[in-house]
Amino acid sequence: MSDAKPLPVVDYLKLPDDGDPYLEGQKCSNCDAIYLGERTVCSKCGARDTIEAVKLSNQGKLYVYSIVYRSFPGIEVPYISAIVDLDGGGTVKGNLINVDPAPENIEFDMPVEVVYRDALGRKDKDGNSYLSYFFQPISSKLGTS
Amino acid sequence: MSDVYVVGVDMIKFGRFPERTVPDLGAEAALMALDDCGLTIQDMEALYCGNLGQASGMVGQRLLQQIGQTGMPVVNCANACATGATAFREAWTSIKAGLYDLTLAVGVEQMGKGLLGGGGGGSGIPKEGLLGSGTMPAVFAEAGQEHARQYGTTFEQFAKVSVKNHHHSTMNPKAMYQIETPLDTVMNSEMISYPNTKLMCSVNVDGSAAAVLASEKKVKELGLMSRAVKVRASVLTSDPWQERDLVMPDVNSCTRNAAAAAYEMAGIGPEDIDLVELHDCFATAEILHYENLGLCGDGEAGRMIDDGEVALGGRIPVNVSGGLLSKGHPLGATGIANIYEVSTHLRGEAGGRQVEGARFGMTHVIGLGSACGIHILEKVA
Ligand SMILES: [Zn+2]
Repeated sequence: MSDAKPLPVVDYLKLPDDGDPYLEGQKCSNCDAIYLGERTVCSKCGARDTIEAVKLSNQGKLYVYSIVYRSFPGIEVPYISAIVDLDGGGTVKGNLINVDPAPENIEFDMPVEVVYRDALGRKDKDGNSYLSYFFQPISSKLGTS
Repeated sequence: MSDVYVVGVDMIKFGRFPERTVPDLGAEAALMALDDCGLTIQDMEALYCGNLGQASGMVGQRLLQQIGQTGMPVVNCANACATGATAFREAWTSIKAGLYDLTLAVGVEQMGKGLLGGGGGGSGIPKEGLLGSGTMPAVFAEAGQEHARQYGTTFEQFAKVSVKNHHHSTMNPKAMYQIETPLDTVMNSEMISYPNTKLMCSVNVDGSAAAVLASEKKVKELGLMSRAVKVRASVLTSDPWQERDLVMPDVNSCTRNAAAAAYEMAGIGPEDIDLVELHDCFATAEILHYENLGLCGDGEAGRMIDDGEVALGGRIPVNVSGGLLSKGHPLGATGIANIYEVSTHLRGEAGGRQVEGARFGMTHVIGLGSACGIHILEKVA
């Protein structure tokens, strides 16, 4: 089992056999609303059969966050719960990693990238491993040098 | 269509009653509301019962099995934290429709301690702490942070909401707590989900509240007008589509829509409102609703709390009961407990926390998912 390919943590995380993982949105061709997860009707405009899969960007900006200190038993804290607006559309929620979890280190609209890692060692009841996605800051040094 | 009045209303003191049952708690509030107007269960033509934890458990009928099985129609309803307000509104609607002249609305909840929201859900592995947090303190922290990113609202301003509401509750004997919590105490209590500390989270309690509603004809016939409270607006909304919906519940749009509809129905504006009981499930949420309810302009909520405009004695006192933060938040009971609080002020019977000269009051609840209920009540006598 240990050599088996991990499973995606959510159905909108795609693991192509011949490429890198990515997040998939479902976009309404009538009104441009973007959803996560497959669907047949657009809840913004009500159109049917207008939903098409689109590849979401791996870069975006931090919209809002909370630093979580109290969670359910067995969940390691603190961690940063982050809501990120991806470039080109789509809003995704996840953990912001590689930042010391303190408000002074986190800025609204800070550029972040989506990275794909093992799901913190969590396995399902059959022992399967999972691949998850996380956000991390895009280093300003990389951008300027 | 007849005007509708609240003629009897009451709530039990909120607390923790693990040895009691949900119907038992609801029955107690129902009898208190009946006693408040001198009527009996036999006078009631229909019961609307709000409860979340036993939504499939026929709580209304079990309640009547305790206090009077008259055979009246019973509707049990669940609508997240708007459950009580929804039950009240159904009782109002049936009189408006001309079906009945006297109806009873009950809201009741028995809760455990601990975090709400999050959890496992779905297949595979738990997502909590992996894909952010679905706990309620985090969800409402993120909602508050949206205000912070727009207007620079600070942790301290959010914390001041809790200082105010805890102070108010010291004057409310029916609140779970009557304890002053100074600013440094609030800010230094355990951080649950930044910027919400433990004292900025509502208290999970058991509780119940009930109201007897009557048509105008019936109020006059029974001679109950002197303590009656007129329902000037009753509005329920759900959340309209919003681009971040899937990952960030929108508590603002449904509140704004409900407030606009309520003001229109009542034919008054926010400047006419003398007190508000709004949904402070977390301190961050209260700040948002000052603006959502039109109590101030957009971006002015931080100043409202800084200037004390929303404290008892201020321009528009908010949550003088102590709010969900200190009175407590028994989910299904909260909406009717708010009706009790505002009615008590309009009747001039609120004792030390009385908002002097109150004529119009507003109640507001929001249940994630989402449902928003708003009522505007008016003093009659
Ligand atoms: Zn559409």
